[in-house]
Amino acid sequence: MIQKKSKKGAFIALGCILVFLAVIVLLENLGLFMDNVPKVLKPTSQLFVVLKKTAVYALAAVSMNLLTGFTGLFSLGQAGFMLLGAYTYAILTVPMANKDQVYYAFNGSAVKFSLPDLFGGVDTVAGLVLGVLLAIILAGIVAAIFAWFIGLPVLRLKSDYLAIATLGFAEIMRAIFQWQKLGPVTNGANMINKIPTFANFNIENAAGKVVLRLSTFVPFLLAIICIAIIVLLINSSYGRAFKAIREDEIAAEAMGINLAKHKRMSFCISSFFAGISGAMFAMFVNNAQAKPFTTNLTYEILLIVVIGGIGSITGSCIATFLYVACSEWWLRFLDTQTVIGDFQVPLLRPGFRMVVFSIVIMVVVLFFRRGIMGNKELPDLFKGKRKEAAK
Amino acid sequence: MEYIISILLSGISVGGQYALIAIGYTMVYGILRLINFAHGDVFMVAGLMGIYLSASMPLYVAIPMVIVLTAILAFFIERAAYKPLRSAPRMSVMISAIGVSYLLQNMATYITGAQPMTYPTIPGLSDTVQIAGTPTKWAVLLTPVLVAVLVVALTVLINKTKVGMAMRAVSKDFETAQLMGIKINTVISVTFVIGSVLAAVGSILYFTNYSAVTPTIGALPGLKAFVAAVFGGIGSIPGAVIGAFIIGICETVIKGLPSAWDVSVFSDAFTFALLVIVLVFKPTGLFGEKATDKV
Repeated sequence: MIQKKSKKGAFIALGCILVFLAVIVLLENLGLFMDNVPKVLKPTSQLFVVLKKTAVYALAAVSMNLLTGFTGLFSLGQAGFMLLGAYTYAILTVPMANKDQVYYAFNGSAVKFSLPDLFGGVDTVAGLVLGVLLAIILAGIVAAIFAWFIGLPVLRLKSDYLAIATLGFAEIMRAIFQWQKLGPVTNGANMINKIPTFANFNIENAAGKVVLRLSTFVPFLLAIICIAIIVLLINSSYGRAFKAIREDEIAAEAMGINLAKHKRMSFCISSFFAGISGAMFAMFVNNAQAKPFTTNLTYEILLIVVIGGIGSITGSCIATFLYVACSEWWLRFLDTQTVIGDFQVPLLRPGFRMVVFSIVIMVVVLFFRRGIMGNKELPDLFKGKRKEAAK
Repeated sequence: MEYIISILLSGISVGGQYALIAIGYTMVYGILRLINFAHGDVFMVAGLMGIYLSASMPLYVAIPMVIVLTAILAFFIERAAYKPLRSAPRMSVMISAIGVSYLLQNMATYITGAQPMTYPTIPGLSDTVQIAGTPTKWAVLLTPVLVAVLVVALTVLINKTKVGMAMRAVSKDFETAQLMGIKINTVISVTFVIGSVLAAVGSILYFTNYSAVTPTIGALPGLKAFVAAVFGGIGSIPGAVIGAFIIGICETVIKGLPSAWDVSVFSDAFTFALLVIVLVFKPTGLFGEKATDKV
């Protein structure tokens, strides 16, 4: 089927993204211009934590969706690639001035340079933007290179064996990064902190007072650029090859698709973006350590993908926001003991939030198997409505 | 010498505990082709039940209760989370298993208040004996014996009884077995119950050795037991047991290597490296049957 390509959709999408980014900047900075903003918009509000985390997780979820939803490769190694990205970013960006302090247990770092310092230091615009950007891209590249090597043996495996083998690699990676012998590079079991974070992007005046907040805008910009690249990839001929592999490997091979090449490509690209989201994760939590990158992180991201709908990019993004907002913000009240009048509400105490939350997830997994969006995208919904209206 | 003996002893006991978990994995995989990610967490819940039940009743009641309740739990998990997805793609069932694991861990965190709980000492099991000059717990010695007895009993069950025959039929061919009048749901439930009973026994032995029970403690032994099942050839019970013993011994040996080499962080990684090597070079494992892909 040959379709006349219309650029209209792309322009609308671009417009929506720009408006969205503008709204983020506005929300973030409202507190600077007005004195009595609602509590939600204060810079310390949970809203911005949720938004930042959403940006980080959305990229991770979309990169997993590229693999699971669009290529049909069920990989559980996402946390491992995020760990690679986080460590690469942190190792390359610890400012020279902080190195001895961070690597105190190993008498200084073996990496004798720091990317932001090469461009003039974290405090200058060029040093911050170029250094951080370069480190993030390198984080992705390192993850992709590892993925290439891991893919050599692993991608021959089918469904659940692939899942368990990639999971195994993620665990191996975690052990390697905690190895004391690699301490001068990875800081052993200690965390690497004092790295440039999102907060460094807030523009301050000479007096040290923040004049423009960009700490939520930056992760969103990064995530949106990366997700846009993934969307373009999925809509290209490579993307169609991925989908063909997902539907039926044997038929795809018969149609002349090089299975090994495309699987490896999908795996490497997915890992590249997982690495970037790992770097963003390090920026979000202000440090890099092996502890958070367990299989549970992979499971969390997988559940987000499932809730959003396997094979839907917008679904993954929406689900990430709902997931993060529910777990970090909206369901918080379940964790605190509440007394209404004389009545002590039963069951409410720390931990209950996650129980409710996991029950909701089980309900989605069991009864709404297609997730929020199924395999549709957000624009598809509007298209469908328009067509019905035309009838 | 004494050091070597003590390492070998604890390796055999860890291996035995993995074996008890691995049998559950391998049986479920043999029949449903499902990696039951929640199995490790069932093991953890059995540990918690042991703590709570032994606090309120004498041990000779508590231990059988733990085993029975674990079996009931596994039965309900199967009915609630896996049965509705019987005709769904395999990935959905696996995701459901991950969801159950997430749920069990969060429930455990809620109930325990995220505090590590201490497993009660079981008289007899927790007592120490001297073996070749090294103090050892009775549980360590009992584990391999118990594993051997249970495996023999299980093999008899599978090879001689009607239920066992049904299990073998279902694992050979799901649909044909159904056409032959085998009640698939009963067979699957029985499989889950047997697997969880063994996991409960394993938890009693395991936590007598490592007495702290945390909500996430089941994940790693669970995964390792699964690796053992793959190593031995998934679907094969003797394979799973031998795989588990090999993994348990290798792991404790790596942990016991001189600290100057500093390789003890790799004791977990080793298991997974073994998994990858097995999957790449002999995906059917030591005793597995060769699977053929039909177009």
